[in-house]
Amino acid sequence: MGSLNVNLCGIELDNPIIPASGTFGYGYEYAELYDINELGTFSFKGTTKDPRFGNPTPRIAECYSGMINAVGLQNPGVEKVISEELPKLKACFHKPVMANVSGFSVEDYAYTCEKLDKEEQVGWLEVNVSCPNVHGGGMSFGTCPEAAAEVTKAVKAVTTKPVIIKLSPNVTDIVSIAKACEDAGADGISLINTMLGMRINLRTRKPVIANKMGGFSGPAIFPVAVRMVYQVANAVKIPVVGMGGVSSAEDVIEMMLAGATAVEVGAANLVNPYVCRDIVRDLPEVMAKYRINSLSEIIGGAK
Amino acid sequence: MKQSIFEITENVALTKDVYRMKLAGDTSAITAPGQFVNILLEGRFLRRPISVCDWEDGILTIVYKVVGHGTEQMSEMSAGEKLDILTGLGNGYDMTLCGDKPVLLGGGVGVPPMYGLAQCLRQKGIEVSVILGFNTQSEIFYEEEFKALGCSVTVATADGSYGVKGFATTPLEGMDYSYFYTCGPEPMLKAVYKATNTSGQMSFEERMGCGFGACMGCSCKTLTGYKRICKDGPVMKKEEILWEA
Repeated sequence: MGSLNVNLCGIELDNPIIPASGTFGYGYEYAELYDINELGTFSFKGTTKDPRFGNPTPRIAECYSGMINAVGLQNPGVEKVISEELPKLKACFHKPVMANVSGFSVEDYAYTCEKLDKEEQVGWLEVNVSCPNVHGGGMSFGTCPEAAAEVTKAVKAVTTKPVIIKLSPNVTDIVSIAKACEDAGADGISLINTMLGMRINLRTRKPVIANKMGGFSGPAIFPVAVRMVYQVANAVKIPVVGMGGVSSAEDVIEMMLAGATAVEVGAANLVNPYVCRDIVRDLPEVMAKYRINSLSEIIGGAK
Repeated sequence: MKQSIFEITENVALTKDVYRMKLAGDTSAITAPGQFVNILLEGRFLRRPISVCDWEDGILTIVYKVVGHGTEQMSEMSAGEKLDILTGLGNGYDMTLCGDKPVLLGGGVGVPPMYGLAQCLRQKGIEVSVILGFNTQSEIFYEEEFKALGCSVTVATADGSYGVKGFATTPLEGMDYSYFYTCGPEPMLKAVYKATNTSGQMSFEERMGCGFGACMGCSCKTLTGYKRICKDGPVMKKEEILWEA
């Protein structure tokens, strides 16, 4: 059997499969279904300094081959995440976990990251500068190279664990933003977050989602994600975590050929709660089919 | 929660746009009336959450209304076709609080989960009153089925074409009941909330992402904190409900 291990920012992963933030909670809903230690790791629900309810409902709309969400970073706030959610997570998951962080100011990001950095089980900090569903924060930090660099610097200054900056595809030049993060000290880049989208109900003539717009995800955005991962991976020296519409072992291999060291799976979890486990189990056979001995050898293999 | 493949054994129209589908498969994850299932349909990305009408070992019955592309697609399926379904979702109704003579109020497509509940309550030997609310006579379904369970059934139609003229709450006036259970459109739930003089439980609807508590797509505010309709609900107790403008 081929080797599935990869090394993400100095931490060894048994396999590159990582359920993406916001689609996997804190792991325990899925742990009722299967042993989530089969996964490489997972990125837990986006955490902010203060508790948030998020946006009004409806928050979900369906699209061809995908969906739009405007959850708006609902979470109990970093203190409760540490005191209530992480102990529950620890009971079902024994590997380093990826802590996903969002904020509304540079200070917010630094505050939340500093707290989570001290948690033993946190392996990486995934800093989301790309949430399309909140105002006055989130994506606005990820659409401008200077602002993304400022967040990166502030987080790096107060943390010890690898910092992965999660980027938005809703930009004209993804490479300049990725490079600005790398120059500011980021240890890795993850992309793509959702694409800004919208649906309108023909009967009511109103947007389907209460917040009008939301983040478009699912298989429909996969080619955009592959393209952006390829562009960024070819421009930076730090590892890239690829995501966007991934739903099969073949998609994982394609993403890695584009330059991803590890691969996150998002919307697919909501449809098939077993999808990440299935991908891990399918990988050896698909690797054999494409004569791949070791996944780590194919990273960036597409020239 | 369980993911499994079901085979359709029956899919018949009960009214112009309400269908009953019976499916054979593993129902072991269903533990309470008022729970729902989430159905994967070919060519549709998200699953369709549909409440359980009733279930027994190996047989699941759902009654659904055609309201969009997904349910339309379901209505065109026939016996022998297979569906990938997540079962055992949601909390369901708590039957321990019902007292000696509960009333069940179902409005339109909110009627089906009341049937499974009535069945469970009757099996416990509890006296059950049922009020079914519909817009008009041609939309009525399951009146006879509730009667066959031994429930005392009152039908209300908004246009007065059958039974009591009015809403599901109209026959409540002067009725003696120990507790209420309800499912229906939100305006009806609000009316039931106001019209009832006992505690009770109501089932809510929301657009869902996953249906099993992972995505926070269907959250709502309650007097006891934020709840996910899919996982902490869909059934809420009257005392915890917070109506938002």
